[in-house]
Amino acid sequence: MTATHTESEMTFGEAINDALDIALGSDPTVFLLGEDIADPPGGVVRLTQGLSTKYGTHRVRATPISEQAIAGAAIGAALGGLRPVAEIMLMDFMTLVMDQLINHAAKHRYMSGGTSHLPLTVRTRIGHRRGAQHSSSYEAWFMHAPGIKVCAPATAQDAKGLLLSCIADDDPCLFLEPTPMVRSRRRSQVPAGDYRVPIGQAAVPVAGTDVSIISYGQMTPAALDAAATLANEGISAEVVDLRSLVPLDHHTVLTSVAKTRRAVVTHAAARFAGPGAEISAMIHEELFGQLERPVRRVASAFTPVPFAESLAQIHAPDASTIAESVREVMT
Amino acid sequence: MSTADADAGARSLPVSDLLSIYRTMLTVRLAEERFMRGLSRGEFPGFYFPVRGMEAAAVGVIAALRRDDYYITTYRGIADVLAKGASLEAVFGELLGRVTGMSRGKGGTMHMADPERGMMLTTGIVGSGTPIANGLGLAAQLQGNDRVTGVSFGDGATSIGALHEALNLASLWNLPVIFVCHNNLWGECTPLDAYTRTARLAERATPFGIPGVTVDGTDVLAVHAAAAQAADRARVGDGPTFLEVVAPRILGHNFGDTGDYMDEAAVERARANDPVPKFGEWLVAQGHLGRDELEAMYQEISDEVEQALAVAVNSDMLPTDELHTDVFASGVNAPR
Repeated sequence: MTATHTESEMTFGEAINDALDIALGSDPTVFLLGEDIADPPGGVVRLTQGLSTKYGTHRVRATPISEQAIAGAAIGAALGGLRPVAEIMLMDFMTLVMDQLINHAAKHRYMSGGTSHLPLTVRTRIGHRRGAQHSSSYEAWFMHAPGIKVCAPATAQDAKGLLLSCIADDDPCLFLEPTPMVRSRRRSQVPAGDYRVPIGQAAVPVAGTDVSIISYGQMTPAALDAAATLANEGISAEVVDLRSLVPLDHHTVLTSVAKTRRAVVTHAAARFAGPGAEISAMIHEELFGQLERPVRRVASAFTPVPFAESLAQIHAPDASTIAESVREVMT
Repeated sequence: MSTADADAGARSLPVSDLLSIYRTMLTVRLAEERFMRGLSRGEFPGFYFPVRGMEAAAVGVIAALRRDDYYITTYRGIADVLAKGASLEAVFGELLGRVTGMSRGKGGTMHMADPERGMMLTTGIVGSGTPIANGLGLAAQLQGNDRVTGVSFGDGATSIGALHEALNLASLWNLPVIFVCHNNLWGECTPLDAYTRTARLAERATPFGIPGVTVDGTDVLAVHAAAAQAADRARVGDGPTFLEVVAPRILGHNFGDTGDYMDEAAVERARANDPVPKFGEWLVAQGHLGRDELEAMYQEISDEVEQALAVAVNSDMLPTDELHTDVFASGVNAPR
């Protein structure tokens, strides 16, 4: 990377690969491990393509299909002074590493009275349209486990900057990569070289005055589409893209809702006990007297992710259901 | 080096090393007895997982490692933690949740961490230390140093998947890790032959291409010899070893468990083969230690234990404003 002030057009996936490339190139303590990540194939969806060829298979390590072994090796290597970046192929497979990540990675700094820390990153993809065991969004589980940060970028630029922040961070970080975004061929402007998006800082990609649509990850494009539709109807929606779920940027959310006095929270995780429940409760607790309407949550049905297209279409929210909820809170 | 040569080597260790091993074993024994007596008498609240009968199994391994080697242990880990160099004050402080504890009381009985001395983590989850040990081994391998990682776990851990994933990866990556199975013949309250048909637990390593060694865990020098061989292998790049150290548990699973489900005759045999007096008597028989010196050491360590426990009992607990510190790195605006 020569010019740090130039930009290039990248897909979401290319931005992730670029961040990993920069981290491996600039910090000798960084290494990657995960199933199928070495060339060939360079990851099942090719996100790590080229990296083992460039940096060697000692630093881009393909593993057996052993999620506990992957997570444990990352934890131990972090204790030993390295900065591992582990890939757990899909979020549904995070069920296999909960003991390592929650009982060990997340709690170890606290249990050791601050004498130990674990600078490790776990990347995992949220699947899409692959049925109940390959498509789930379980980020609320990790929000509920003190000691692990959770990042959920929605743009290529944020994906790169947040992933670089996670890798450089001294706490365990979970980095979410939604499949619809990973597979998207859409390119957008991404700064070249190393830059960081701070963990715990939301963005406001669209400013508005009538209502706040609070979103993250794969629902942010839908929130933006909804805002554009609503603008044509004369409703000025502000979109808050959280980017991180832990720490959560209370300030940006509350500033936005204090201004608009109406809020709709949306995510692909289940509505029941989902991240939106915490965000909604926080808004009600802090802004009770100022709200024009109760906060609405637009999220997935409380069912396993269905396979049949007819059910899949109504299981998760989209731009039209978000817009519909906004219209309801505007009445 | 053959096993016989290694064994002879351990028996001809410098006398100062032999006495240091005995001192550590006796410290573990007396610290445990005193702590459990305090719990029984109601001097302080707490909980505890006894290691009586397993002192040689733990101390023998760690005495064969270097100071800068890494170790991971379990909730039944007081012998490992003391052998790795922690002070009695730090251990008692942590058992009682006081600021003088090694983690200032934030970890407690099941989570002793003493990274300065290489005791990297104590897990309360059966078998979970083994995948983490691989990471420490991998760090040494990638950093190009010759540190070895030991990880101890009970025989019960041989029933859990994490260990088998860890063995496969350690073998595949030729990691400098010693998998130390403290086989005390009990998985909590279930005897070994009621939960597996594997006759010798070290055989679990063989299909992964890892040497599986079984040693008498009541003979501290036999344990030392086997661990020294495993450490040598790991240090020169020959990869992991599975070291099964057999040392029958004498007490119940935890303090308060009377062990009424244990076979009395077997427990009596284990008591008669108690590794601590056995090694003490050997030192006397070899002329390394006079009987008066043996008794003086007992008194000296008893006094150290008493003083260290008094320090812990009289120490404060963390102030309440410490509740939220150490969840994340400092400066993180975390949820409260």
